[in-house]
Amino acid sequence: MSISTPDSNPGKEERGQEKSKETSAKPRPSGRRSRRTSKPRDESPTTDESLTTVEGDHAAHADKLAATEAPPEEGALLDDLHDEADDKPAEDKSDEDAAAPDDDEEASSGEVEKVHDFSTAPRIDQMRQIVEETESVDKSNMPAKPDRIDPTPAPQAGPRQGLFGVQGTGDTSGMSGLAAQAGSGIPARSTERPYGGWFDEVADRIAKAYSGWKQAHIATVVDRGEITFYVEKSHISKLSKVLRDDSMLRFELLASLSGVDYLRPETGLSSHVDPQQAEYAKARLHVVYHYLSMTFRRRIRVEVATTVEDPHVPTVSDVYPTADWQERETYDMFGVVFDGHHALTRILMPDDWEGFPQRKDYPLGGIEVEYKGASIPPPDQRRAYK
Amino acid sequence: MSNARKRGYAGSQETTEGKVYTVTGGDWSDLLADNDPVEEERLVVNLGPQHPSTHGVLRIVIDLDGETVEKARSVIGYLHTGIEKNVEYRTFTQATTFLTRADYLSPIFNETAYCMAVEKLLGVEVPRRAQIIRVIMMEINRISSHWIWLATGGMELGSTTAATNGFRARDWCLDVLEAVSGLRMNHAYVRPGGVAQDLPADFSEVIEKWFGQMEEEIDGIERLLTGQPIWIKRLKDVGFINTPGCIQLGVTGPLLRSAGLAWDIRKTEPYLTYDEYDFEIPTHDAGDNWSRYVVRVAEMRESLKIVRQAVKTLEPGPVMVQDKKIGWPAQLSIGADGMGNSLNHVKHIMGQSMEALIHHFKLVTEGFHVPAGQAYVAIEGPRGELGAHVVSDGGTRPWRVHLRDPSFVNLQAIPALSEGGLLADVIASVASLDPVMGGVDR
Repeated sequence: MSISTPDSNPGKEERGQEKSKETSAKPRPSGRRSRRTSKPRDESPTTDESLTTVEGDHAAHADKLAATEAPPEEGALLDDLHDEADDKPAEDKSDEDAAAPDDDEEASSGEVEKVHDFSTAPRIDQMRQIVEETESVDKSNMPAKPDRIDPTPAPQAGPRQGLFGVQGTGDTSGMSGLAAQAGSGIPARSTERPYGGWFDEVADRIAKAYSGWKQAHIATVVDRGEITFYVEKSHISKLSKVLRDDSMLRFELLASLSGVDYLRPETGLSSHVDPQQAEYAKARLHVVYHYLSMTFRRRIRVEVATTVEDPHVPTVSDVYPTADWQERETYDMFGVVFDGHHALTRILMPDDWEGFPQRKDYPLGGIEVEYKGASIPPPDQRRAYK
Repeated sequence: MSNARKRGYAGSQETTEGKVYTVTGGDWSDLLADNDPVEEERLVVNLGPQHPSTHGVLRIVIDLDGETVEKARSVIGYLHTGIEKNVEYRTFTQATTFLTRADYLSPIFNETAYCMAVEKLLGVEVPRRAQIIRVIMMEINRISSHWIWLATGGMELGSTTAATNGFRARDWCLDVLEAVSGLRMNHAYVRPGGVAQDLPADFSEVIEKWFGQMEEEIDGIERLLTGQPIWIKRLKDVGFINTPGCIQLGVTGPLLRSAGLAWDIRKTEPYLTYDEYDFEIPTHDAGDNWSRYVVRVAEMRESLKIVRQAVKTLEPGPVMVQDKKIGWPAQLSIGADGMGNSLNHVKHIMGQSMEALIHHFKLVTEGFHVPAGQAYVAIEGPRGELGAHVVSDGGTRPWRVHLRDPSFVNLQAIPALSEGGLLADVIASVASLDPVMGGVDR
């Protein structure tokens, strides 16, 4: 037998009680009587009983307090203007005070039985089945009626907020975080040695072959089977020459050169405790070089960072002629100025174009599209998921 | 009369607004009086954009001295679609539908390179069947791309039979791609985590028919062109580039192999299941347009070999990672109208499982999270190294996607191929580069 305790789910009980009232066919003074006004008088026996069995006088007292706190006058005044005068709060109080536990127990147990039957058996065939089962069981070894109601409250797993235990804003749409977070800027720390495979060999050789490596090197990161050297931008041209010419490195091909804009919102990495990291966060424009050694079948990535205020990076097009167009494209899209490039002009956009389209603060643009009466916002204004 | 006028150029006069040129008619004997037409004829010719021989919207500004090309500057950017910017506002799965449109003659390669980069970021391994299907689709796509090169290149040199035969053969390739993916181009078939759907039930019949068609077509085109004197004269010793030149300019693919270096990422850094197949890397030593023709036709035969072996190694299994957070629960099946959804799946999510419906809805609208980081994956496209550099910030959208498109890099070789040659050879050289402007401008 299950019954919800008054503190766990008052709404359900209230509903059950109302229904039970109807089934018990207790004559009501008025069909238009509001719940609030009818509650203290009609339901107090049940409430009182369940509490008194646990805590006795204290509970009864608490209930009294609750009854006095909940103002039945309001409801009476608003809703029961047409009702009889028996809705006086004083009368209610006296009712509760005078309620004898024995009488109430009997009355309430009968009522609760009805509640159980009514709420857990919504369908007639199921109900019949349940009745048959309980009857057969009851006949064998159980008392026909439980003499007491188990008042133990249903176990609950700590305090919960909201229906689904949502933390934070409580937005269950999944769109609570609209701010973009930058993934990887220039890290302040290198990956722990050993890097594994040929990575150590290449890293050692670069450090040996390039005399300015100590000044140039910021960090080395090995991630997902790829090695990335983060270097100071002023060294990239000289470093490229070493990477290409050194007999133990032989990165003959500059496979790819492109830019990434790590524009961060204020909430991004600014909370990072590392001051060096905060400094790098300003250098949001990155140029990423992918080198390929055809001789050794190795690929490495070198990344340099620069700021929007001073977007100058030495060109590598004199070392790798293939960087000619790739640097022009990076200039066109990100506004990185490659010093020493022989003809750094726009390549994809018109010559007189303003702005650098692939920067993160350059809007995507677009207009909303109407289709069958509904309008769909342009992609950059649609809701984004975190 | 100014000196320029005498020499046949427009006359000019200084005004308060600046120099004003007057182009008027004149007498031919006056115009040419002091000129030696042979010595002095120097023309700047705009070839393209949208000339049929510029493979899209490439424009080449050619300085001509007589018929000799003194300077060739290629101008691009007329097709800039902003795909790389657009995908930053789409989910990782939706990005596939954009990138497939970059190099529209080899869409499966764009999809695969990108998806492999995303999978590297995710750290997932694609089911074996999906890997083999990708290989099959890519090699069919490689053949169809080479057919387009042969057809357009042949047409530019005046061989309309090569054009019609090439397009016909390419159409048969598209038939297979359509049977598998539902679309003839811009498939969006390869998805992060696998492929969109399994092979159709009648795939073995479709592919067997296609094998027969391809063998016949490749034999036919060789009979038509390989020994043909005009074809040989137009291609041999034209558009020369050697291996160091290729590597300096970053030129890869059939161009590099035609110059003698057997560099093919399928062999040197095998990906998917390429290390399991027996195939050759065709090379040639001359480094001219003829070598590229020889290499590409041989490549088509090798691709056919790969597809045969791959089809044989196919075994039943999943075609999408089993991770429910990545793979869409829906397996699409093509209905009689050419599109549609699996009836069983619709029944399941609409009638039986609310969780499946929510899960599907979340995956389609929100997408999946990709751990922050960056990855670069290079595969061997029909035109050379196709690299995808994908950066993720840990969200459901790519932070940055860059396609290292071989067309873009190879196009830098136009001056090297054509300067010093004849104007007519520029056409042959550009054709031998096989540029696709969609990939160049992205």
